[in-house]
Order: sequence, then C-alpha cells, then structure tokens
Amino acid sequence: MSLAAHEEGREAELAAPFVEIKNLSFARGERLIFDNISLSIPRGKITGIMGPSGTGKTTLLKLIGGQLRPDAGEVWVDGQNVHALPRKALFALRQRMGMLFQHGALLTDLSVFENVAFPLREHTRLPESMIRDLVLMKLNAVGLRGARDLHTAELSGGMARRVAFARALALDPQLVMFDEPFTGQDPMTLGVLVRLIRSLNDALGLTSILVSHDVAETLSIADQLYLLAEGKVVAAGTAEDMRSNASPWVQQFMQGLADGPAPFHYPTDSLHADFRLSAPEIRA
Amino acid sequence: MPKNAARDVWVGLFVALGIAALTLLALNVSNLLTLPSAKGYVISAEFDNIGGLKPRAPIKLGGVVVGRVENISIDPKSFRAVVAMNIEPQYSIFPKDTSAAIYTSGLLGEQYIGLMPGAEEAVLQSGDRIAMTQSAIVLENLISQFLFQKAAEEDKK
Amino acid sequence: MIEFLARLGGGVLHALARLGRWFGFMLSLLPALPASLLRPRLVVDQLYQVGVLSLQIILVAGAFVGLVLGLQGYSILATYGSAESLGVVVALSLVRELGPVLTALLFAGRAGSALTAELGLMKSTEQLAGMEMMAVDPLKRVVAPRFWAGVIAMPLLAALFSLVGVLGGFAIGVGLLGVDSGSYWSQIQSQVDFHEDIVNGVLKSLVFGVVAAWIALFEGYDCLPTAEGVSRATTRTVVNTSLAVLGLDFIMTALMFNV
Repeated sequence: MSLAAHEEGREAELAAPFVEIKNLSFARGERLIFDNISLSIPRGKITGIMGPSGTGKTTLLKLIGGQLRPDAGEVWVDGQNVHALPRKALFALRQRMGMLFQHGALLTDLSVFENVAFPLREHTRLPESMIRDLVLMKLNAVGLRGARDLHTAELSGGMARRVAFARALALDPQLVMFDEPFTGQDPMTLGVLVRLIRSLNDALGLTSILVSHDVAETLSIADQLYLLAEGKVVAAGTAEDMRSNASPWVQQFMQGLADGPAPFHYPTDSLHADFRLSAPEIRA
Repeated sequence: MPKNAARDVWVGLFVALGIAALTLLALNVSNLLTLPSAKGYVISAEFDNIGGLKPRAPIKLGGVVVGRVENISIDPKSFRAVVAMNIEPQYSIFPKDTSAAIYTSGLLGEQYIGLMPGAEEAVLQSGDRIAMTQSAIVLENLISQFLFQKAAEEDKK
Repeated sequence: MIEFLARLGGGVLHALARLGRWFGFMLSLLPALPASLLRPRLVVDQLYQVGVLSLQIILVAGAFVGLVLGLQGYSILATYGSAESLGVVVALSLVRELGPVLTALLFAGRAGSALTAELGLMKSTEQLAGMEMMAVDPLKRVVAPRFWAGVIAMPLLAALFSLVGVLGGFAIGVGLLGVDSGSYWSQIQSQVDFHEDIVNGVLKSLVFGVVAAWIALFEGYDCLPTAEGVSRATTRTVVNTSLAVLGLDFIMTALMFNV
C-alpha cells in the first residue's frame, strides 16, 4: 500500500466514531428502557449523555461495556461488535476502556495507592518500581499524589471520585466512561472534576462519554450532546444546539423548569375527587 | 507489606497447628501406632460358632495383643467358620498344639481370640491350622443348658 | 384459598429457582478454582480471615464441649461401673460427630456470615461490577480464594476442636473426677480406629467445608445489593449452612458407620 493510501486509510479510521450504537433496544422486565436508539460517539471528544433520572443512562454505559446484553441492536466499539466477542476478546477490549462509577466503586480493603495499582497488578507483569511510578503519575494527574497512603474510608466523596478517575486511567485506556461524576459534589470539587475531565481528555487523546443530569457542568465541557428521554433520543448536537433547541421538552430540561411537557403532578385522580369537593369551590 | 508478613506468620502457625492436631489425633487418639504391620504370618482355626467376632479383632496371648483377625469365612465341607489370623512376625513362637478360644472382653465388650500355648516343640508356621478350638459362648445355649440341668435335677428327685 | 395456593406455588418456584442458581454458581466457580491457586497470596490472606480469626471461638468451644462431655459421660458411665471408658466416649463423640459438626456450625456463624456480608457489600458498592469493567473476573479474584480458604480451614479447625475437646475431657475426668489417666488414653488408643473414625471425621469436615463456603459465597454473590438484602443474606447463610451440615451429617454417618 502506498504511503498516501495508508495515510488516507488512517485518517478515515480516525474520523470514524469510536463507539457506535445501532438500533439498540433494551428492556428490564416490563419496562422498555431503550427503544431503537442510535448514537455515535466521535473519537477524541467528550460526548455528554443527559436525561432525567431513571432514563437508564447508567444502563447505557453497562451495555457499551458488555456487562448487559441488548434485546435488539448492536454496540460497536472501535470496530468490534461488543456482544459478539468471545469472553477473552471482551476482556481485552475492556482493558482499553476505563469506567468511573457513580460512587467510585473503589475496593474498600485496599489503600488509594493499591486501588490505582490494581489494574496494573492484575493485567501486567511490570516490576514493582514501574508500577509505583505509573501509579504516582496517575495520582499526580488528578492531584492526589499526596493521598497515596490514605485508606478509602478516609476519603471525601470528591477525592474518592478522583482516585477512581486515576484508576480508570491506569492502563492508558482509549475510552473513558463517567457515570454521574458531578452528582452531589460541592462547587469546588465540581470545578476540579470538570477541569480534569476536559484537560485529561485533550492531553491523552481520550474519547470520553459523560453521563449526567447536571446541565451546566456537562454543557461546559461536552463537544457533543445527546438528550435521552423515555427510551428515545430527544435531541442531539452541540451545546449551542441544545440551548437553542425549540422543543418545549428540551427547554424544560435545560432550564430546569418545574412544570412543562414533563408534568409536576404525578398522574392521578382530579383534585375534586380526592378532596370530595364540588367544582365551583376550587379557586384557581 | 509488614502487615502481610505478620499475617503470613499467623496463617503458617494456624496451618501448622491444625496439621499437628490431626497428627496427634491420628497417633495418640487412634490405634494407628498399634496397627500390626501387613507382614506377619497367617494361621487359621475352625470354630463352630464365632459369636460376635469381627475382622480386625485382636488376638491375645495372656492379654497381650499378638495379632489381628484377618478374615472370617465358612468351610463348605465341614460347615464350620474358618478364621484367618494374622500374627505379628516377632511372635512365631506358638507350638503346633496351641489352642484358640473366643472370649469376650469385660461383660459386654467386643470379642477376641485368646491363644493358649501347648507343649510341642515344633512351631506354627504360615498356613498352619490350629486344631483345638473353643467356640464363643452363646447366651441362649447357656440358658437352655442351665434350664435343662435344672429340669434333670427335678426329674431325679 | 386460591390466593394461598398461588402464594405457595410461587414460593416453591422461588425456592427452586434459588436452588438452580446455587448450582449454577458452583458451575461458574469451578473453572475459576484452579486459576486462583496460582495466586497463593490471595488464598493466604483469606485463610487468615477465615481460619486464624476463627481459632478463638473454635478452641474455647472445643474446650467447653470436652469438659461437658467429660462430666456427662462420667455420670452415666459411673452407674454401669465403666467410668474407665470415659476417654473412649469423649474421643469418639468428638472425632466422629461433634468435632466436624460443631466446627461447621460455629464456622457458619462466624466466618460464613462474614464472607456473605463482605461479598454482599462489595456487590452493593459496585466493587464487583467495577472489577468486571476492569476486565478482572470477580469469581477468580474474590470468590475462589475465599472458597479455598474455607475448604482448607475447616478440617484443620475440626481437628483442633476435637483435640482440645479430648484434652478437656481429660482435664475433668482425670483431674477432677478420678478416672485413671492411663486408662483414659489407652482405651482411646485401642478403641478409636484411624480409618473408621479419624479419616471419616476428616472427610466429613472437608465436605462441610465445601458446603459452608459454597453457601456463604453464593448468598453474598446473589443477594439484593441493598442493606436489607445483605442482612437477609447473612441470616440465610447461617440457617442454610446449619441445616445442610446437619442433614449431610446424618447421610454421611449412615454411610460411614455401619452399625
């Protein structure tokens, strides 16, 4: 193959999306969580996936990682159909993915250092000195090199998430998935996390998938966004597209309005029926 | 890492103690040490009734265990029980006219074979048969014997 | 009435589904077992948690059981003039039955429930899911070493229990009640058979070890990842292990000891 053709092929490869979700349907029991959705996650960028609580955003990450099987449709990661892979190939693929769980999911019987070293110890045969250097580098990237000997019980929520981030980066993955990283954090920690996600994504050439319902933070760093509701993709595009989207539903979500297409009142009998009133006594 | 080293010591101690306990149980609490060697010579004896004699029952001379019952079977020609006895090799001292009887240890204990040495010079070899035997005492026979005797006395009067 | 039957049927189906999952769990665990032996560090750590930390209760319980056996045994044997057989009574009771069974029951309460709780908590804090996402098989890394630890520790603990019990019986019988020390040991040595009693006792405790570890780990692995789920699972571990041990003991005794 000529160099030009090779270059072209490489460019095409780089331009192809890293993760492609095609016609995915998934139901949990009776409830249909995803109804024939299609998403495309571009390489090297941060993609935000937003939606109200309970839309199954975490489920989507688990489907991408192969922990759950879809009822219909396919998930392609870096040119491989995740659910068609044999066990060993799936495990090899997972080593190229890092995942940050909502509460950190750190191993509670290990120290911070050991937690970050865990993937290295399990999957590589690197000598102890190299592992030490790698772990300290990762911890340094998230600003917690000094916390290396702390125990998981001694960490605050924000620190735990940063350690989990360092751990997710331990094997230098190509894809990092964040499950609700901003939930319940104080403004300073939020700022730190936002900055880390953006800068590490750019510095390491990662593809990041950010699942969250924190509108402001997500919009500030995502290159591309998807808005999911009731099992479907309701809106897609850049942050600007989202803000200027005409749909009342999207606007209610983006602005955090209490009432709108998604009603305030849980559907039930009318007020008159419950309080045994006759119509004229209600004052609007 | 120092924590790991301490743990290793404890686990090693635990496993060592456990194995020691097993060994002690095996040696001091069971009859492992007194098991006869598989060597030893085999002699046999026929009994009318072996009572409750079981394989591995002890064979004693004057109360000292000299061997174990190896096998119990029936001689199809004489319709008597044949007991194969494994005697420890250091006791190849029994004269050929030694007799064997089945005793009970204690009142309700298990049964064993007691050997009474004879007077011949020739010694029992492997494969020899003891000629004089006394069967186990069967309680029913004893009682019927007793009753029969009583009845006979009554008759005489 | 119909509702009652429906609930009964549902309960039976639920129990059957559990049983099926229990076996399925072991089938998934089996291939992971040899691999985990290549990581002795993990097994040793678990052996510490499960074995060494259980020593305290096992040894104390063994001593007390031996003392009680000595007392009760003496009072009954003395009426038949067979007080010299005290050693045999104590040793056989312990080696054949009480050692393996009581050790298994105590193990279920102390180590089994701890294993269940630990695994359940790891499940509910997403540590197991996290491991899977890091391409580490939780069965190999977490479950299998704990299983080996249970299987290895149980016979050792049972042997220690029996030994301490026999010594306890000695202390009470010879020390306090006047049984002849020579007869105590010599009777034991002549009546306790290595193959019939000791080996069978070890066999029993191995089987109990497998069952206790299996149940404890399954309950933790399968539980609902909530606080209530974990607490229910630990209760189930203790109850189910106890019932299984007692049931298996009956079956094995019937098979092993031909009366």
